[in-house]
Amino acid sequence: MTAVQVWQFFLSGLTTGGTYALIALGFSLVYNATGVINFAQGEFVMLGGMITATAIAAWGLPLWLAALIAVAITTVVGLVLDRAAIRPARHSSVVVLIIITVGASIFIRGLASIIWGPNERPLPAFSGEAPIVIFGATITAQSLWVLGATLVTALIMWAIFEYTIVGKAMRACAINPHAAQLCGIELSRMVSWSFALAAAVGAIAGIVLAPITMAQYNVGTMLGLKGFCAAILGGLGNGLGGILGGLVLGVLEALGAGLVSSQYKDAIAFIVLIIVLLIRPSGLLGREGGDP
Amino acid sequence: MRTLMSHKTLPLALLALMAVAVILVGCPPQPTEDVPPMDATPPVEDNTPTGEAIKIGGIFDTSGAASALGEPEANTAMMLQEKINAEGGIDGRPVEIVIRDTKGDEVEGLTVTKELIEKENVVAIVGPSRSGTTMAIIDYIESAEVPLVSCAAARAITDPVKKWVFNTPQSDEDAVTKIFGYCNAQGITKIATMTASSGFGIEGLKQLEKLAPAAGIEIVGKEEFTDSDKDFAPQLTNIKNSDAQAMVCWGIGPAPSLIAKGAHDLGFEIPVIMSHGVANQRFIDGAGEGAEGVILPAGKLLVADQLPDDDPHKELLLQYAADYEAKYDKAADTFGGHAWDAVMIVVKAIEANGAEPAQIRDGVESTTDFAGIGGTFNFSADAHYGLNPEAFVMVTIQNGEWTLLDAASADDAATDEEPTG
Amino acid sequence: MNATAETQPQPVAENEALVMARRRRAQKLQILSLFALVIVLPLAVRNSYYIHVIIFIGLNLILATGLNLLMGYAGQVSLGHAAFFGIGAYASGILTATYGWNAWPAMLAALVVTCLVAWLVGRPTLRLKGHYLAMATLGVGIIVSVVLRQWVDLTGGPAGMKTTGITTFGWELRSDADVHYYYFVWGWVCVLTILFANLVESRPGRALRALHDSELAAQILGIDTAAFKVRAFVISAAYASIAGTLYAHSSMRFISPTPFGFQTSIALLVMVVLGGQGTLWGPVVGAVTITFIQEFLRPFGEWEIVVYGLILMVLMVVMPGGLARGLGMLWHWGRERVGRLRAARAGGGA
Repeated sequence: MTAVQVWQFFLSGLTTGGTYALIALGFSLVYNATGVINFAQGEFVMLGGMITATAIAAWGLPLWLAALIAVAITTVVGLVLDRAAIRPARHSSVVVLIIITVGASIFIRGLASIIWGPNERPLPAFSGEAPIVIFGATITAQSLWVLGATLVTALIMWAIFEYTIVGKAMRACAINPHAAQLCGIELSRMVSWSFALAAAVGAIAGIVLAPITMAQYNVGTMLGLKGFCAAILGGLGNGLGGILGGLVLGVLEALGAGLVSSQYKDAIAFIVLIIVLLIRPSGLLGREGGDP
Repeated sequence: MRTLMSHKTLPLALLALMAVAVILVGCPPQPTEDVPPMDATPPVEDNTPTGEAIKIGGIFDTSGAASALGEPEANTAMMLQEKINAEGGIDGRPVEIVIRDTKGDEVEGLTVTKELIEKENVVAIVGPSRSGTTMAIIDYIESAEVPLVSCAAARAITDPVKKWVFNTPQSDEDAVTKIFGYCNAQGITKIATMTASSGFGIEGLKQLEKLAPAAGIEIVGKEEFTDSDKDFAPQLTNIKNSDAQAMVCWGIGPAPSLIAKGAHDLGFEIPVIMSHGVANQRFIDGAGEGAEGVILPAGKLLVADQLPDDDPHKELLLQYAADYEAKYDKAADTFGGHAWDAVMIVVKAIEANGAEPAQIRDGVESTTDFAGIGGTFNFSADAHYGLNPEAFVMVTIQNGEWTLLDAASADDAATDEEPTG
Repeated sequence: MNATAETQPQPVAENEALVMARRRRAQKLQILSLFALVIVLPLAVRNSYYIHVIIFIGLNLILATGLNLLMGYAGQVSLGHAAFFGIGAYASGILTATYGWNAWPAMLAALVVTCLVAWLVGRPTLRLKGHYLAMATLGVGIIVSVVLRQWVDLTGGPAGMKTTGITTFGWELRSDADVHYYYFVWGWVCVLTILFANLVESRPGRALRALHDSELAAQILGIDTAAFKVRAFVISAAYASIAGTLYAHSSMRFISPTPFGFQTSIALLVMVVLGGQGTLWGPVVGAVTITFIQEFLRPFGEWEIVVYGLILMVLMVVMPGGLARGLGMLWHWGRERVGRLRAARAGGGA
């Protein structure tokens, strides 16, 4: 086992980890506002990739416009999900809300399979297919796009939460919803915001990932699961933790597949999850003793 | 509210249970035949056969993990129903293919099989698409005594022979034989395997390991992946750094395209050999430049137009491809071909022997020299799998097009041995 | 968005003991009527296809009842319950088919293995406050399904494995004769339902309910909440294991990893919540409803799954307490209306 090989595993794991990180961010956004684990998060990722692929292939749009449309449509889907299903049930228990998101994910996936059929759709890489060699390891240009998108999205999210009124209000709601409401923050509007942002982040993940993995109606389930795992790993509800969790998970998976066993790759990720839960239940960056 | 139901809700509980009973008992008199099956085609006007319809069940994984297989199979079955009825049916009786979806789930597969046999009274069943869904219904099929012609490839389906069960797809064993024939011709003695952890991939690996010693081939690297994987660089890096002279990849769906692409990105210098599981246009679309030069054994459908004119299958293959594309506006693929073969074998058996389940079974078992999409079928009492390695041709991808590899390398693959089972 | 909205004003009990006795009597009646229905149903339903459907409703019912104990009473969620179902099925499948055991000791061995796994997962995670069990079980669910797929020598891998029937003292239960297996499975359903009813009315059961209402209050009353939660979790896993064994020896005589994955875990969750967690009949209503929605939707073809998702959302929005409660309230409301109408008419007539 050479160092270059390990370096190769690390780099390719980082790419996968970038998408996990974005998905984890989506989970955390909704979780903070509602306490709900949004099982439709993976479907937002699927929609992002599918809509972009369709817009480019069928409508002949340029990539930037297709991506913009994909993010816009997915955001609307997120908003509709909130208004039509989550808000009417907002007084119900968390488990009921989770089941509603499960229903939504089944619904969206089913519609997608009717609209687009069961086959996967390729999407051209944003900037050519030529591989790039970094210290002996190969990485595609698209991988850099994924990492770049993760970084930029994380920065934008940070800016929103740090500097905008809406962001500050959302943080207030996450810390103490009752106190936030007393201060005149409308909780249900914050929930809408969180769904919209989560959908947009999910769509971005789907768009940058699609050229690497192709878009298909059923990619949401597994990606959602891995993203959720990343979110827990980093500390559910902690944005920065989710990003770190995603990257760690991606790298561990790649190292596990390359060095230990490619057969048990998926199990490795979740064994790590359980170990982390046992040793540090609040996640890598979660507050100690915090409620997940 | 968190307490158990109080006495006040007793009537409700009873009501719910009674409702179950009523619905269940009430169901049988309302046959569901009235409900049009999915993709229902309008009745054909001209040349309409009269008489009681012969009902054949079609069970396919049209949704769920194997929907890419189930969809073309269901489409093909519907297309054949229309075609057969337009040509006057079987002995003047129309054919009705009742299609059900297993959703890729074994219990659901058994449920719809029971529905088809006990409510719809079908005389034979074609499908399911996947080995798992097929294995789950075999015991029931044997006890219900209705012939099943499966579109799934696993050896366990027809080995050992089960009285009522047949299958049409080319076997993995034949595919491996063909690949090793090619390797021998090219002087490749060391290979690395990259196989899916699915039923298909594991069966492929088993056959690769079993047949390698006899073919004088050594497996120097073994990697696996799951169908939902998105990143294959770790496994491919290991293979690249091994001393393998070729990589043999065994899988279905998007993963093999991504593997071909990944191998290209990593700068593979050894040939990439795929299984017959990727023999469709989507593989080329998905792999992009990575598809160039990939070699695989495939059914003849893929390169029908390049076959010599004296090939017994050429006309049939071109006809099927044209019909399918005209009706569904999509290219026909090997999976649809499995359903074509299954339906037509059953239809021929009915024409030859009669439309009772036992007659159909005997008819299928005595089918010989039947030229289908997948190859020429020869069934017998101890071979319920009817093809041999000659059903495959070796193809490669050049400039994004399927290209038949020269006949010389393709031929000596089949000469080594010809398993009959 | 928390559970407080769910509590409904309850009629003040005149006497706690009296209410309890009355409730027990009512439950006995309900379970007896379930028995009666189970016995006579095959007389009315002759088609073996329907019998087959009802057998699998029974299996779902056992699974949902176990999960209901965990969710409705211990207030914990399991996202990987299909794993225990799978361990039960594979442990008894492997022991009978590969090692030639009789199905009964195999079932017991499967039960022991499942409980052990559940205990190992539950003990550390349930000591923590919050939904750590949900996350840990999610992981366990995935790990188990990966192991079932990859340990080909033992499990046959994704291609699955053939299993055997159940033999009792030399007499083989013919699982292909569906009615026999129907009585066998529903016999288990009845036994496990009675067990469940007794469990939740027993002292530990009441402790569990107190725990679900307010963990803090329960702790103050001196209840070792963690220990109770672990027990509830292990028992719910045991239910899943029994269902697994029954699945392994059903008329398919075949098991593969597919039915024991994440999708099934979620489907079970849906069944319990849709039916009404924390009620005796919730799982029954949930399992039956879901099966019938699916049977009813079959002719919809590719739209089936879309309509299913839609129905799920609508039902949960309209009846967040579950169908069993929702229908109960509807019944209650209707009876009140009828009563009031009658009273009005009687008043008008006088």
